[in-house]
Amino acid sequence: MINSGDTGFVLFSAALVMLMTPALAFFYGGIVRRKNVLGVLMQCMIILCLVSLQWVLFGYSLSFAPSSGFFGGLGWLGLKGVGFEPYADYAATIPHQVFMIFQAMFAIITPALIIGAFAERMKFSGFVVFILLWATLVYDPIAHWVWGIGGWLRGMGALDFAGGTVVHISAGVAALVTALLIGKRKGYADKSAPPHNLPFVVLGAGLLWFGWFGFNSGSALAANGLAANAFVVTNTAAAAAGLSWAILEWVFNGKPTIFGTVTGAVAGLVAITPAAGFVSVIPAIIIGLSVSVFCYLAVAIVKPRLGYDDALDAFGVHGIGGIWGAIATGLFASKAVNPAGSDGLFYGNPHQLFVQLTAVLVTMAYSALMTFIIYKAVNAVIGMRVSEKEETIGLDLSQHHEGAYTVLE
Amino acid sequence: MKLIIAIIQPSKLIDVKNELYKAEVNLVTISEVLGHGRQKGFSEVYRGLKEMGNLLKKIRLEIAVNDNFVEPTINAIIKGAKTGDIGDGKIFVLDLGECIRIRTGERGGKAIG
Repeated sequence: MINSGDTGFVLFSAALVMLMTPALAFFYGGIVRRKNVLGVLMQCMIILCLVSLQWVLFGYSLSFAPSSGFFGGLGWLGLKGVGFEPYADYAATIPHQVFMIFQAMFAIITPALIIGAFAERMKFSGFVVFILLWATLVYDPIAHWVWGIGGWLRGMGALDFAGGTVVHISAGVAALVTALLIGKRKGYADKSAPPHNLPFVVLGAGLLWFGWFGFNSGSALAANGLAANAFVVTNTAAAAAGLSWAILEWVFNGKPTIFGTVTGAVAGLVAITPAAGFVSVIPAIIIGLSVSVFCYLAVAIVKPRLGYDDALDAFGVHGIGGIWGAIATGLFASKAVNPAGSDGLFYGNPHQLFVQLTAVLVTMAYSALMTFIIYKAVNAVIGMRVSEKEETIGLDLSQHHEGAYTVLE
Repeated sequence: MKLIIAIIQPSKLIDVKNELYKAEVNLVTISEVLGHGRQKGFSEVYRGLKEMGNLLKKIRLEIAVNDNFVEPTINAIIKGAKTGDIGDGKIFVLDLGECIRIRTGERGGKAIG
């Protein structure tokens, strides 16, 4: 039975999530050097084009068509049978197509998150093939396992409200693997270059925060109290994490920075994502305050010691934040918030924590392995890294023959 | 007194600065410029229309030094900026007529350091 309120809400949420990919483009684009800003914007926008088509042609079927196999079934190829009637096992009150297009936006932003790791040095042709393979061979199966009818992690009772495991852990781990495989940027030995446009970073982070309301509360798939809960805890966790990062910097670096504050807010949004439909507001504050500590340690202490060049901290923020969010869901989940969910460790059900850890480890292992294979394969056929000269001149000119800013008119 | 002007690759600026610090040359003015020598860049295309130009971003350093610092400064710039490829840049050395420190009114060699 279609409910017009639910339908309107989820359609609007899909539009909000769509906005997150261009928002991410500005968030990342502001951090890179100005010779590479168009390269990052282009990578995000081309993913929006590519995965939109991949999704309606076969991605949605491979993820969500009922199947107990590795992938989803093939019954919904080209959206065959995905029409205006609800598919009650996913969402009983909205047209099936509305659910499909809402999920499309998740499939789009997930590979875009990985861009942060290999920014400023990947060849565009190799990138396009890598992303298409990654969306199909990594995202689609994991989405099926966690969310699809017949998916085995869903069957185990793993809780992932809006994509902490499927989106952030899978992309975060892929980010770490690609950063290790592609190697450091030229000139990274000394230190990372300063962000070329911090106002862009803030603009992008602000729009990500805004879009995340669609991401998390839209995942209730209905305009109801659960959506309201997700909205409230999402905003609360982002706020707590942004504040927490600023305080960490104030204490350890002498001054709080806008770059740190918005990075913290994004980490908070990542961490609350799997938990948004299962936890109440006080756990959301705890999740937000603590995620900045973990991510701060990862990007400011661990990364420099280990020396890998995760250029824009895609692993440090999305990987670490996503892992903490998935674990925190196993700690703080409560049936009082969502009777369809489960209780976590702090509500007397230690088994849930075990299930969450299983989902985290399986996702990490699968994403790492497949990312490695896909990267090596594309690298052998097309090549993944630009030449040294192209890297020096920048991706904007070398990969796209355009420049973002003029020096002379 | 000499005025040393160097045009280098933007990506070599960090290396050149480090070499200059090692040579105890701490005073330098830096600006961003466009130019090209024999190195070919990439032409730009905007909505299908090709822009000519081939101008590449370069960094221009200006360093005023006393005579005993001329060779160390030149060597430091070469050490930091050289890759061996076309486009590494050039160094120009000019006689410097006068140098005045605005704060104190000092002139000549004393005002440079």
